[in-house]
Amino acid sequence: MATTGRNVAQMQPGEVGIVTGFTDDYLSIKLMEMGCLPGAPVKFNFSAPLGDPICISVSGYELSLRLEEAATISIMN
Amino acid sequence: MSGSRLRIALVGNPNSGKSSLFNHLTGLNQKIGNFPGVTVDKKTGLTSLGNGVSAEITDLPGIYSIYPRSIDERIVSEYLLNHNSPQTPEKVVVVADATNLKRGLLLLTQVIDLGLPTILVLNMMDLAAKAGISYDLNTLSKRLGVPVVPVNARKGDGIELLKAELLKQHAPAATPVFPVWKEVEQPVQELRHQLGVDNDYEAYLFLEQPESLKFLPEDKRNQVAGIREKHQFFPGKFQGAETIQRYSYIQTLLTAITLKASDPAWKKNTTLIDRIVTHKVWGYVIFFGVLFLIFQAIFPWATVPMDFIDASFASLSSYLGRTLPEGPLASLIAEGIVPGIGGIVIFVPQIAILFAFISILEESGYMARVVFLMDKIMRKFGLNGKSVVPLMSGVACAIPAIMATRTIDNWKERTITIMVTPLMSCSARLPIFTILIALIVPEEKVLGFFNLQGLALMGLYLLGFVAAIASAWVMKLIIKVKERSFLIMELPAYRVPKWSNVGYTIVEKTKAFVFEAGKIILAISIILWVLASYGPGDRMDLAEEEVRKTAPADLSEEELEDRVASLKLENSYAGIIGKSIEPVIRPLGYDWKIGIALITSFAAREVFVGTMATIYSIGSSAEDDSTIKQRMREEVDAVTGQPRFTPAVGLSLLVFYTFAMQCMSTLAVVYRETRGWKWPMIQLVYMTVLAYVSAFIVFNAFS
Repeated sequence: MATTGRNVAQMQPGEVGIVTGFTDDYLSIKLMEMGCLPGAPVKFNFSAPLGDPICISVSGYELSLRLEEAATISIMN
Repeated sequence: MSGSRLRIALVGNPNSGKSSLFNHLTGLNQKIGNFPGVTVDKKTGLTSLGNGVSAEITDLPGIYSIYPRSIDERIVSEYLLNHNSPQTPEKVVVVADATNLKRGLLLLTQVIDLGLPTILVLNMMDLAAKAGISYDLNTLSKRLGVPVVPVNARKGDGIELLKAELLKQHAPAATPVFPVWKEVEQPVQELRHQLGVDNDYEAYLFLEQPESLKFLPEDKRNQVAGIREKHQFFPGKFQGAETIQRYSYIQTLLTAITLKASDPAWKKNTTLIDRIVTHKVWGYVIFFGVLFLIFQAIFPWATVPMDFIDASFASLSSYLGRTLPEGPLASLIAEGIVPGIGGIVIFVPQIAILFAFISILEESGYMARVVFLMDKIMRKFGLNGKSVVPLMSGVACAIPAIMATRTIDNWKERTITIMVTPLMSCSARLPIFTILIALIVPEEKVLGFFNLQGLALMGLYLLGFVAAIASAWVMKLIIKVKERSFLIMELPAYRVPKWSNVGYTIVEKTKAFVFEAGKIILAISIILWVLASYGPGDRMDLAEEEVRKTAPADLSEEELEDRVASLKLENSYAGIIGKSIEPVIRPLGYDWKIGIALITSFAAREVFVGTMATIYSIGSSAEDDSTIKQRMREEVDAVTGQPRFTPAVGLSLLVFYTFAMQCMSTLAVVYRETRGWKWPMIQLVYMTVLAYVSAFIVFNAFS
């Protein structure tokens, strides 16, 4: 199973992954402040009716973010 | 320490229950001022700590870290970085959500490192207990070097403990959590030496946040910039690394103090509710149901108190007119000031009800889901999911709506939201709509049960909404900025709203409206009273004489008075202006009489109806709508001999009032929120052009 290059935007509802890094410096700072840190488990909860934004669980709380923002969070699982 | 007053700042994450704590500490002893030089509200309140010591508490906007993302957030770093002002807090209380301590501790460690005496308040201890979480608070306090107070701000548990702790003397924490990087030690030391900054991390943030240093005099700011340049330090360079380092410290700390971690099942209610409210079908059904309920409340339900206020002010005004000694002062009070104040107070019920709803939706956690549902649709039009709240509020009044745009981080989206919100049909347009629709739309039912007049009214609201969305889309194409838009937002767990918090929000928003908009509406009503009561030379006196001489003998005293009032208005400054703009408004189908009403309703749209009543000499029975309607229906166009208010003229006026920026208070609020005259002027021009052109097209298409 190819695990390289996956990101949060590609996850399925209910799937869990581990944050490995970020592809966008500007957003990474904000995401990390919100508790989305490298090494932290992240769970994809559900997406909005139009598919965007999405809701994830990370560091014990729920975070909503747009698909394009979720795509900057690299994961492995 | 008796008789002294302590300055305390309240800092914390959004949704940490900071406002509940603030409300508990200060009760109704709250006031809203401004931070110097910025438009962000400064909420302060007084509380007594016991032993004769009182404290002034400042509630700062909710933030996730000391690095700001929006104007609201910038104020916190500015406030905490300025250590040499009479405003500098003597103690900082950091409020953290006990159910999610990790994120709260990031902010706490940053505040500790700033070198101000700090107290950690662990809020929502009740929820933490429910979730099965247990911490070793003694160790937490020792490791951090600051006092830790557990509270439940919703019930007020632990508030006395906090007060007792605030009375004690505290030194700042001895060792920083995050010692500044080796690479920046030199610029930091230089800065501390040159500017007398008393702490490493503070100096470091001076280098990191050039935008947050407005409190420094220009020369010092240049000095900071000089040091930054000399050492090739660019802002934001180490921010990510700092966050990682702090979190790794926090993780170690949490492992040491957590006696029992949370039981993941405690949020199952939130998960369940989210499944329904973000459902493809039910999500929107619920959202539109909520909207419908709000509209019901601010229209049919609010008319009861509004009619009462209207009647009270009308009778107060006529009572004063009769009892005060005759003269310009009596007339100013009875016809200028009292109706002016009445024109402000009449909107209070709608604003209070609307903000009650918005506050309930925010307190319960539902508002974040609305943003979540609407973001993708709104983004297509250059707006943001968070624009939904201002647009909804705009249906009651654009003033609090525009103030509600502050939560939008992105400058472009916020500006567009501000620019289009006044196109949403506000309650001041309703009296004009009702009277004109009654005049041109027959009271018939279509398809058996749809009232045609009701449909027309709904159509106008829809027209305003479509215009707002379309204008937003156009502005999205025109305004070019590099700033990126993002929506990284917490979806808080659902909770039953705390009703006292809802009450405080209502009081706060209503006060803001009454004082912000109120003073402008009042000032403009006085100016308009002057324009409508005085004319050049003795024209008005001559007009009165003329009426009395030529009037038929069988005219009652009241009818005579009405005719005098009408002719006086025609010869006043307002009348002269109305006549002089006639050539401009002729293409829209209006005459100078409507012109006068356009002028007088510039301060506030609803004045239109009253002015029409005066012009058509039915001033004394103006409360009765059917009289005005009757009179307007009978009015004949002097040129064509046809009825004045043809469907074309009526439609043209309806469209004009839907789009025109006929509201000085909104312009003033936009000026305040955008810090300049550029945007309010653009708004005035684009909305007036839109109104004029649309009214012109409608008039010509239908006549």
